[in-house]
Amino acid sequence: MTMLGMTSRRRSTERLGQVFTWMCAGALALNLLLAVGLLILIGMHGLAYFWQASVTEIELKDGTRLIGEVHGIEAVPTADAAWEGEQRMRLKIGNRDLYGLDFRWLRESEIETVTTPDEVVLLERLEWGNFYGRMVELRQAGSPVAAGSEAVLAALPDLHQRQMALRESIESLEHGEMGEVNYELEKLRLEERAVRMRGDDARASADLARMERTQAQLDERYRELAAELTAMRDRLHDVVLVMRDAGGQTKEIAVGEIVRVVQPNSMGTLASVRLYLGRIVEFVSGAPRESNTEGGIFPAIFGTVMMVFLMSFAVVPFGVLAALYLREYAKDGPMVRAVRIAVNNLAGVPSIVFGVFGLGFFVYLIGGTIDQLFYAEALPTPTFGTGGILWASLTLALLTVPVVIVAAEEGLAAVPRVVREGSLALGATKFETIWRVVLPAASPGILTGMILAMARAAGEVAPLMIVGMVKLAPSLPVDGYFPYVHLERKFMHLGFHIYDVGFQSPNVEASQPLVFATALLLVGVVIGMNFVAIVVRNRVRRSYATSAV
Amino acid sequence: MLPRSMALKSTALRQASDLDLEHEASRSSVAPSAPRSGSGKSPNARVFVTERLSLWYGTSRALNDVSLEIAEKRVTAFIGPSGCGKSTLLRCFNRLNDLVDGVRVEGDVLFEGQSIYAPDLDVNSLRKRVGMVFQKSNPFPKSIYENVAYGCRIHGIKKKALLDEIIEQSLRGAALWGEVKDRLQESALGLSGGQQQRLCIARAIAIEPDVLLLDEPCSALDPVATAKIEDLIHQLKERYTIVIVTHNMQQAARVSDQTAFMYIGELVETGPTQEIFTNPKKRQTEDYITGRFG
Repeated sequence: MTMLGMTSRRRSTERLGQVFTWMCAGALALNLLLAVGLLILIGMHGLAYFWQASVTEIELKDGTRLIGEVHGIEAVPTADAAWEGEQRMRLKIGNRDLYGLDFRWLRESEIETVTTPDEVVLLERLEWGNFYGRMVELRQAGSPVAAGSEAVLAALPDLHQRQMALRESIESLEHGEMGEVNYELEKLRLEERAVRMRGDDARASADLARMERTQAQLDERYRELAAELTAMRDRLHDVVLVMRDAGGQTKEIAVGEIVRVVQPNSMGTLASVRLYLGRIVEFVSGAPRESNTEGGIFPAIFGTVMMVFLMSFAVVPFGVLAALYLREYAKDGPMVRAVRIAVNNLAGVPSIVFGVFGLGFFVYLIGGTIDQLFYAEALPTPTFGTGGILWASLTLALLTVPVVIVAAEEGLAAVPRVVREGSLALGATKFETIWRVVLPAASPGILTGMILAMARAAGEVAPLMIVGMVKLAPSLPVDGYFPYVHLERKFMHLGFHIYDVGFQSPNVEASQPLVFATALLLVGVVIGMNFVAIVVRNRVRRSYATSAV
Repeated sequence: MLPRSMALKSTALRQASDLDLEHEASRSSVAPSAPRSGSGKSPNARVFVTERLSLWYGTSRALNDVSLEIAEKRVTAFIGPSGCGKSTLLRCFNRLNDLVDGVRVEGDVLFEGQSIYAPDLDVNSLRKRVGMVFQKSNPFPKSIYENVAYGCRIHGIKKKALLDEIIEQSLRGAALWGEVKDRLQESALGLSGGQQQRLCIARAIAIEPDVLLLDEPCSALDPVATAKIEDLIHQLKERYTIVIVTHNMQQAARVSDQTAFMYIGELVETGPTQEIFTNPKKRQTEDYITGRFG
C-alpha cells in the first residue's frame, strides 16, 4: 500500500462522516419543513376564512329547502354497515335567530337537488350572525320603499349608508358625550367619597353642596343625551329589510343592524377580492362582536403589542443592570456562580408559577398598597389592586429577565479585555469605561436578549390569565381621558383570544376558522416585532462592532 | 504636581501644533519639543524609579526585586524571553496590573519622585500622564474621530473647536493624518492593523501624557507598518519619555537609547543600548543577544 492509499479504517471513517453530514442536513431540513408547514397550515386556514364561498340552495328529499355555505364533506363516521360509504356535508345555514343553530349536517342520501341561485343574499349582521335568504321588501317608517329582489337591491345601498352613518353617530354619542358625562359623574362620586372620608367641617359641607349642584347638572345632561339616544335608536329601527329564508319564513331586519350585504353567487372577481380585503381590514382593525366569534380583534392586537412593549421597558434596564453587576463588579467566586445558576434555573420555572407570584406580589401586595394610599376613595372597588396590563407586563418581565441577563452577560463577556484596558489606560474610571465603551459594544448582545424576551413574552398566556388578561376588555388601555395611558386596566391578548374563541365560545364550529386567523395574526405580530428589533440590532452592530467584519 | 491644569495643557498643545504644521512635510524632520511642565529638568532626569519591586500573581512571582531607572525623553527598551516579566513591569508604571485578581506588589515605583502606590494617589490622573499602547491594537468601536477624542472627553474637554485641533494634532503626531483626514467619521475598525496601532498612539498622545508605554506595539504588524511605527518612535521621543517592551532585539537596537534585559522576573542587566548589545556584562545577556536561547 502506498503512502497516499487509504486504509480500510480510514475509508470507513470517511463513510461514517458522510452519513453524519447527511443526518445533520436531514435534521435541519426536517426542522425547516416543520416550521414552514406550520406557517402554511395556519396561513391557509386563516386566510381562507375571509374568502366568500358560493352559497348553495339545497332541497332535501322530504321537501325541506335550505340555503347556506358548504363547510366540508366527509365520510359518515360510524361502525354501522348500513352507513358504509355514505358521505355527509356540513352546511352553514346561519339565521341563528330563526333556527338556533349555525350548522347542519346533511347526509348525501337526503339531498335531492343542489343549486346556486344568483339572487340569494348573505347579510352580515351585528347580532345573530349571518342571514341567508332572498330579499322581499324594503320598508321605511312602515311603508314600503321597494319590493322584489332587484328593486330592493337597487334602493338598499343609499339607505344602508345612511343608517350606518346613523349608527356611527349613535356610537360616538355613547362613547363620546355620554361617556364623558359618565366619566365626570364617576369622578364626582369618588371626590364626594374623598370629601366624606376627610371628615365633617365647614369646608367639606361647602364642597358637598357644590358637588350636589354639579351632579344635578350632570344628571340633567345625561337625561337629555339619553333621550337623544332613544330617538336615534328609533330612527335606526325605522328602516327595515324584509327577508325570506329558504323555507319561506319572513324576517324583518333593521338595516342599521346590517354590516354588509353580499350576493355571493353573482359577484365578479374584483368584487370578491374587494370583499376579501375588506373583511381582513375589518378583522385587523375592528372590535369583536358576538362573544368574540365575529368582528375584529384589534383590542387583542393592541393589548399584546402594548404589553410586550411595557415588558421590554421593564426587563431590559433591569436585566442589563443585573448582568453588569454580575459580570463587571461582582468578584468571581462560588457566590456569583451560584447566582448565575439560580438565574439560569429561573428561566425554567413554569410560567404559571410566575403568574401566581405576580398575583400575590404585584396585584395584592403592591397594587393593594397603592389603592390604600392613593385610591382609597374608590375602595372597595380596586384600582391597581386587581389584574391589569402593568402587572401583567411586570410579571412577564420577571419571567423573561433570566433570558436578558444571560444574553447581556454574554454580550459583556464578548467585549475584549484589551478594549477595556485601552479605556482605563487613558485615565477613564471604571464607570466611564463601562458606560462609554463596554455597554455600546455589548448592545447587540443586549438587544438579542431583548428579542428573545419579546418572543417569549408575546406567546405567553398562562400567567396572564391571573394577572389581568380578560376575554373582553370594555376599553383599551389607552384612550382620550386623562392620564390617557391607563396601566391599571385589564386588556385582551391574542394568545388568550385564540383559546377563548376556539374552546370557550358558544359557537365553536363557526369560530374555528377564526382560531387559525388569529393564530396567523399572533405569529405575524411576533415576527413583526422581532423584525423591528433585529433591524435595530443590525444597525447597532454595524456601529459598535468590536471587530471589523 | 498631579494633575496639571487644562489651560496649561492646551497652550502647550497649540504651540506644538503650530510647529508641527510647519514640519509636517518631511517626516524625518523632528518637531521641536513644546514647552512642558517638566522641561526645566536636566535631560537625564529620572521619570520612573522602581525600588526593589516585586510582584505576585496569586502565589507565582512575576517580578523579583527589580530596581530600575527610566530616563526622561529617552527610549528605554525591555527585552527578554517570553514570560520574563517585561510586560508586567511595564504595566506597573500605569498600575494596569491592579485589574488582575489576586495581584500583590512589594517595593515601590516612584513617578517624578512620588510613589504611585501611595494610598492617596489618584490612579486615573496617573494614567492620564502615563499613556499606553498595547500589543494588540484596541481601537474603540467608534469613529476615528471619537477614538482620539475619547481621552479628551473623559478629561473634560468639550469645545468642538479645541477637540478638532487636538485630534488633527494627535493624528499628525502619529503620522496618520494624511491617511485618515477625509474619513474621520468612519469606524476605526475599518483601518488596517498598522493604521489602527498608529490610531492607538494618536489616542494616547491626544491627552498629552509625559510618558508613553509601548507594549510590543509592532508584534502584530508587517515590516512596512513596523518601520512606520519605529520612525514614529524616533519622532515621539523628542517630546515623550518612552518605554517599549519588545521581543525583537533588532527593534530594541534600532529604537532605544537604554535597554534593560530581564529574565524570569529579574532584571539581569541595564545600560545604554550600544553597550548592552556590543559589550554585555552578564553571561545571560550575551547568550540571549547572540541567540543562544530565548
